[in-house]
Amino acid sequence: MIQVENLTKAFGPKVAVDDVSFSVQRGEILGFLGPNGAGKSTTMRMITGYIPPTAGVVKVGGNDVTEKPIEAKRLMGYLPESAPLYTDMTVEGFLGFCAEVRGIRDADKSKAIDRAIDMCFLKSVRHQSVDTLSKGYRHRTGFAQAIIHDPDILVMDEPTDGLDPNQKQEVRSLIRRMGQSKAIIFSTHILEEVEAACTRAIIIDQGKVVANGTPNELKAKSELANSYTVSVSGTEAALVRDKLGSVIQSSKVTIVNDKPPTVVARVFPKSADGEGELGRAIFDIASQNNWKVSEIKKEEGRMDDIFRNITLPDTQAQ
Amino acid sequence: MKSIWTITKRELAGYFNSPVAYVFLVIFLLMTGAFTFLIGQFMDRNQATLQAFFMWHPWIYLFLVPAVGMRLWSEERRLGTMELLLTMPISLWHCIIGKFLASWLFLTLALVMTFPIWITVNYLGDPDNTVIVASYIGSFFLAGAYLSITSMTSAFTRNQVISFILSVVICLFLVLCGWPPVTDVVEPLAPRWIVEFVAASSVMTNVEQFNNGQIDSRAVIYFLSVIGFPLFATSVIIRGLRA
Repeated sequence: MIQVENLTKAFGPKVAVDDVSFSVQRGEILGFLGPNGAGKSTTMRMITGYIPPTAGVVKVGGNDVTEKPIEAKRLMGYLPESAPLYTDMTVEGFLGFCAEVRGIRDADKSKAIDRAIDMCFLKSVRHQSVDTLSKGYRHRTGFAQAIIHDPDILVMDEPTDGLDPNQKQEVRSLIRRMGQSKAIIFSTHILEEVEAACTRAIIIDQGKVVANGTPNELKAKSELANSYTVSVSGTEAALVRDKLGSVIQSSKVTIVNDKPPTVVARVFPKSADGEGELGRAIFDIASQNNWKVSEIKKEEGRMDDIFRNITLPDTQAQ
Repeated sequence: MKSIWTITKRELAGYFNSPVAYVFLVIFLLMTGAFTFLIGQFMDRNQATLQAFFMWHPWIYLFLVPAVGMRLWSEERRLGTMELLLTMPISLWHCIIGKFLASWLFLTLALVMTFPIWITVNYLGDPDNTVIVASYIGSFFLAGAYLSITSMTSAFTRNQVISFILSVVICLFLVLCGWPPVTDVVEPLAPRWIVEFVAASSVMTNVEQFNNGQIDSRAVIYFLSVIGFPLFATSVIIRGLRA
């Protein structure tokens, strides 16, 4: 549904988006990750036709956004960053305006408004003026505007920014539900969100795509992936490190926590440990030495870990 | 066309949802009345014309029209709704024209509300109503010309005050370059054809035609171009903002 090919945007000498390519199909929810200023919003603005690209092509439902902007925009719903709204209108009036601009009129219009208000839980503020709304309601009104025409494609710039935890949860489940039948792109810098809602994630840094995969694939790239965290008691940290370090399958052992009598150690595998051999070896060592194992856990890898590893060196360099 | 009307409707409702519309209408009517009767000496003239009424319009509009139009685009920029509007499936031209028409309609409403003075002059005497109609048309075009300039200046900036001041300055130039007290001073300093050319591009010279009761095609074309060019410039500025 969305095809981005070699997209580049330069503001004067500064290259905000540098040769970015990806595509999103129906049924996919693509999480767009990156530190602040990485080029997420700029990319989304080019996809939605707000700013023209310096180079590259964006195709939405087969329509080139630069050449056939109206056709492409018709297929999309867009929630810009910080959800701008006309503050002098009521929620209903605003949604009605958005519907009319999109060519939805008369009976269809009131149906569309009802549907969007229902989906975004806006019933209680329906007749309220936008400038009296709280941030959460404003955001949901922006969201309602983006789905007013039941678009095939949704582009959302930080849809959960500024919401409280319950509202974040609601918006995420809304995105998941709609993702079954639409192509969705949303940007965020909240990593748990990607795991909770996305089928695929792209990490962008300094305008370039630095990682692209399912949340599980990305997590597997993390250093922590496939390592074991072991909590034992009845021994000493140095001994634990020596003994576990002697296991053939392990590459490195670190002591995470040493609060007698409990020692928490992390054992990293030499290679991807599919069969759980490292885990068995750790158990064997523990029983040979009469350690009391209170917990042993295989790490899946963490999103924030991979995110930091990929993007931190640049942030520090600045 | 329907999308233009949707934009126009929203913009018009925007005026009436806030005190702006009412404050403007009251002040406009008070000012036109005050200028006509107190400064223009409408009664003492003892003439069945509305000259004393229309002669002030270029000056009253100078401040009131930019006040009406200054928010057209700067407000969109300030609120960030420009991003919303321009990612909707409508062309930039529809947005520009829709917004411009809304303000123009609003100013037309204000102009229509001055009808009691027309009734007054018809009650007191026997005026030439074709001259009055022509003058109203001239005043309508004049408002459109100032407004179009304000649309352009409001696209420049997210600050309404800057938009207002820039617009007043440009409109003032268009007034002064054809206003006899100014042209008389410049006349000895520059070749005659330059002075005449500049004076011919003033709103004063052109609105004068209407006030004399003539609907001259040149004056109509003049106003249409003074409306068209700044609207075109508005589109260039907005495209430039996004590049």
